Order: sequence, then structure tokens, then C-alpha cells
Amino acid sequence: MTVHATTLAAILAMAVVTYLTRIAGIFVADRLRLKGRIKAAFDAIPPAVLVAVIAPTVLATGWPETLAALVTAFAATRLPLLATIATGVITVVALRAIAS
Amino acid sequence: MISLPPPGEAQIMKNPLSHQSNHAEARDGLRDILPIMVAAAPIGLLFGTLSVGKGLSIMESGLMSLLVFAGGAQFAAVELWTHPAPVLALAFSTLLINARHVLMGASLAPKMKDFSLPQRLGAFYFLTDESWALAERRAMQQPITPAYWFALALMLPLAWIGSTFLGAWLGSFLGDPKQVGADFAFTALFIGLVAGFWKGRITAFTVAASGAVSALTYVTAGPPWHVAAGALAGIAAAYFAAAPEDDE
Repeated sequence: MTVHATTLAAILAMAVVTYLTRIAGIFVADRLRLKGRIKAAFDAIPPAVLVAVIAPTVLATGWPETLAALVTAFAATRLPLLATIATGVITVVALRAIAS
Repeated sequence: MISLPPPGEAQIMKNPLSHQSNHAEARDGLRDILPIMVAAAPIGLLFGTLSVGKGLSIMESGLMSLLVFAGGAQFAAVELWTHPAPVLALAFSTLLINARHVLMGASLAPKMKDFSLPQRLGAFYFLTDESWALAERRAMQQPITPAYWFALALMLPLAWIGSTFLGAWLGSFLGDPKQVGADFAFTALFIGLVAGFWKGRITAFTVAASGAVSALTYVTAGPPWHVAAGALAGIAAAYFAAAPEDDE
């Protein structure tokens, strides 16, 4: 039940940043009308960040991870989220067993 | 989290001018949020389990769900986590992932006419993809009242924080997450979330650019800045892939 000082600082920094993004919309509601390329860039932020986080695991770890990611991506097009996660985890365990 | 339920009972037409009692408003809010609580709980379990696998304590894991309360940013943070925590990189990745809140809030705020400014500042602490989507859907038929919003909004943290603590506690018995492939659960989760954000060609360019630049930065420069480099490349790719006059 310990809380590290640096960990607490990181959590608080994340919390403050998140809260500011949540309330900012109240104050810019009348001025913010995004269109065209700017809107496309803004819409792209969540997938761009998510992919950037996992790219080292998918592309720079080993072939079991790369192949499992492809299988997971295929599963994601037709399964709900939890089933997609289960598919990915089971696939990577099986492929790692083959690789070792 | 990001997945949305199909529009259900809320689509029954209601007189847009009628104001229900606070009790009825709160009941509607609870009814709308219940399926999302059920969907969020296993994701919270997963977050708790993985975060103790990365060396966070049960308390730190629960504290993050309480104070940050944003699934995508929390999963990204735990994936990037090292000891001691890279505070600046974590804050920056959080800012990037949560920047969409600005647009969501800007769209929703004018539809919350019954709210005072302090009520708005409190209400938007609970702004998530799910509560936003539910409120936007309701706003098409009737005004969003504080009773509706707070009934809906207060329930989701209950499921999220509770399941985080439970997952963290269970995870402390699990040992090395790699042995059961749990380390790959992040990757699989993120792939599933990206599918939820998919908007065709532009997203394909985004994913390709972000993935390539992130992996390259990771191999050459090392973590944690591969996230910022990859994300910015993906955003730039979307900008150039979109037609200048595209209003979509």
C-alpha cells in the first residue's frame, strides 16, 4: 500500500493535464469549428498515439509478436473488444511456444 | 473506454419540450450507463492487473483510475512506465491522447443549459468517450439536466475504480505477466481500440506512419520519445492524406 513520490507526481501531472482537456471545451465552445485537414489531423490523434505506443512490441520484438498483432487486427474487425484481447493473448502464447 | 452500445431505449421519441422530474432524469441516466459499466469492469480489471505487473502498487493503480479516470491514457502510461516514472513523457502522452476531450466538451457544453459554471466544472471531470456519446445522443431529443448527467457520470468511476483495485489485488498474485501472455494484452487492447477509431483511408495512412516512425525511433533513439515521434508522424500523415476541402 505504498505510494512513491515520483509515481504520485506522474499521476498528478496526468490528472491535471486530463482535467484541463476536459474543461477546455467549456471555454472554447463558441470559437471551435474544425474543418478539413485540421479536423482530420485532430481525429487522427487517438489512433496515432495508440499505434505509437505499441509499435515497438509489434515491429521490433520478434516474429511471434508481429504475427500475433496481425491476427489480433483481423479479430478486431469482427469481434468485440474483450474477445479481441483474448484472441491476441492466446495467439502470442502459442506462437512464443513454437518460437522457443 | 471507447466502445459504444447500440442506441437502445433512448431512441424512443420524446417531446423535446417536456421536462421530466429529477427522479425520472436520474433513472434514465442510470439505465443508459448500466451496459457501459458492465463493459468497463473487465477492462478495469485488466488495467489493475497489468499496472501491478509493471511495478505500481495497488494503491497507486487505484489512485490513477480515481484521479486520471481516462482508460486510453492510463493504459498508454502503464505501457511506458519505468522506475522512476518519466513524468514529462507521461504527461505529454496523456495530453496527446486526451486532446480529443476539448472537441467533445466544446460540442456538449452548449447543450447543458441548466448547468451553472461550478456544475459544469464538476460535470466535466466525468467527461469520457462513453458519457459524452450518451449525452450527445440524448441531447438530440431533450435537454441534458444535471440530474441525468450526474446519475450517469457518477456510476462509471464506480465500476472503473472498483475493478482497477480488484484487478490490482488479483494481479499481485499473478507473478510475471509475460508467462501467461498478459504483457501482450496491451497490444491487443490497443489494436482493438484503433479499430474503433477507424475512418478508412486516412486512418490507414495514420497507422502506417505512426507505426513506422515509432518503431524506428524506438530502435535508434530509445524510449520513451518514440510515442511522441510516432504520434506526430501519424497526425501529419492524416493532415496530408485528407483533402483540403474535406468537411468530414
